Amino acid sequence: MKNMKYLLLRRVTQIGLLVLYFGANTYGWNILAGTFGSSLLFGTIPLADPYTTLQVLATGFVLGADVLLGALIITFFYFVVGGRAFCAWVCPINMVTDLANWLRRKLNLDKEEVNYRFLKRNARYWIMVLGLIVSAIVGIAAFEVLSPITIMQRGIIFGFGMGFAVVVAIFLFDLFGIKNGWCGHLCPLGATYSLIGKASLIRVNHNHEACTNCMACKVVCPENHVLYMVNKESIMVTDGECTNCGRCIDVCNDDALNFSIRNYFKEK
Amino acid sequence: MENSNNRRKFFTMTLQSVGLTALGGLLWSGYSHEVKASPLVLRPPGAIKESDFLSACIKCGLCAEACQNRKTNIDKETGKAREGTLIMAKGGDSKLIGTPYFIPTEVPCFMCEDIPCVPVCPSGALDFASLANEKQELDINKARMGLAVIHKESCIAFWGIQCDACYRACPLLDEAITLEYQKNERTGKHAYLLPIVHDNICTGCGLCEQACVTEKPAIFVLPREVSMGKAGDHYVKGWDKKDQERVKDAKSQETTTERSKESASDYLNSGGEYR
Repeated sequence: MKNMKYLLLRRVTQIGLLVLYFGANTYGWNILAGTFGSSLLFGTIPLADPYTTLQVLATGFVLGADVLLGALIITFFYFVVGGRAFCAWVCPINMVTDLANWLRRKLNLDKEEVNYRFLKRNARYWIMVLGLIVSAIVGIAAFEVLSPITIMQRGIIFGFGMGFAVVVAIFLFDLFGIKNGWCGHLCPLGATYSLIGKASLIRVNHNHEACTNCMACKVVCPENHVLYMVNKESIMVTDGECTNCGRCIDVCNDDALNFSIRNYFKEK
Repeated sequence: MENSNNRRKFFTMTLQSVGLTALGGLLWSGYSHEVKASPLVLRPPGAIKESDFLSACIKCGLCAEACQNRKTNIDKETGKAREGTLIMAKGGDSKLIGTPYFIPTEVPCFMCEDIPCVPVCPSGALDFASLANEKQELDINKARMGLAVIHKESCIAFWGIQCDACYRACPLLDEAITLEYQKNERTGKHAYLLPIVHDNICTGCGLCEQACVTEKPAIFVLPREVSMGKAGDHYVKGWDKKDQERVKDAKSQETTTERSKESASDYLNSGGEYR
């Protein structure tokens, strides 16, 4: 059970949050209401997704102060806990793509992978910027029209309708299409959190002395280029694309990887 | 040599990224533009102009949750919560996904006095100020969610059958819908009781549509932009001071049409076509 610790913690967090959101609508709970776009914590504290907020601002609409404050709170929160901690610990699509990824390994699909050279991991940053441009042109928050994240979340809270197809599509894309295709290449929300996470406080630390070069961490890591230092240097994983999911820590049998607080002065 | 190869590769890659981004942008813009075109949608009270609403709504669902969990939504007999009025658009609903709307024949708006759905809106898509009276209190009667329209050929009251279901269901009884009496010439001894909707009072709550007894309601709510005409600046009620105020910004526009060179009788006698 030792090597499931962070995985289980993440599932508890992800599902727990969804239960709170679901209960807010169905039973009138006053803990966490709304959706990821904008929420209300304990009926008073506003929370809002930074990228969604940017899209609405790009349409030219002057948003209410609650949303702006909420976006600031969320940005600060993920600045502390690691930008893409949202992706690994909160986002419901993560469970879908993790399942696809796990099946890929079980079915040996990774070995057969076609090299889709046109789709690079930096595509998400282009999509992020493009989403804002399209929002400005069309006058609606463009990514929200097709975001599987909020479609899945609203599906769980208010009922799926045909929205379920989007979630299935993401699953098939990640399973039979490109490895980590959605979260690791396309999702502009993840890209935004990557940028926030570039400077975040809590990060994974690698201890080169303890590492036995088994590479188990690189097999499970959904963004394994961030682990370039494994068995090379004793430094922290500072790449914003690291989701702080902690799977590498789970699978490491040598205690060479651990969460740690970043020391900004030492890096210089 | 290697250097120039690298440079060429860099330019090719950049060109490719820009090209693919442009392609994606075109598809994305086209799709987004199509999905926002659903003019027959009824929004919650206080919703700002539809085109602005589509950009402003952050799709959080707080309005729908407040509607679902309002105190008045508890069934007195079973003690359980009934279905809320506001629906969050799902895939397949053919509305902009994630935005709130309602369908009067399913669950109309019951016009709660405290309007729970409006103050919770964080983005400003539902405008508190548009529903506030002089004392800064919420007044649901100021809501303009839509406007009821009557199709008189299928309305049985217009046939001469006595029916006042919509009139009775209206929360603004005898104000938003009034009954006009007319003599039924067919029988010579009965009266028509004709429902007439008044657009300056109707909130578009849809209770009339739900109450209508015909197979498909003869009275139904449409968004105001759809159900209302507009006289424009060319016509003014000369006897009405207020109406003259309406056209005070009208600009005179002079158009000159070139004088026709053909003779007036041409089209009658030459067998040509009308012009």
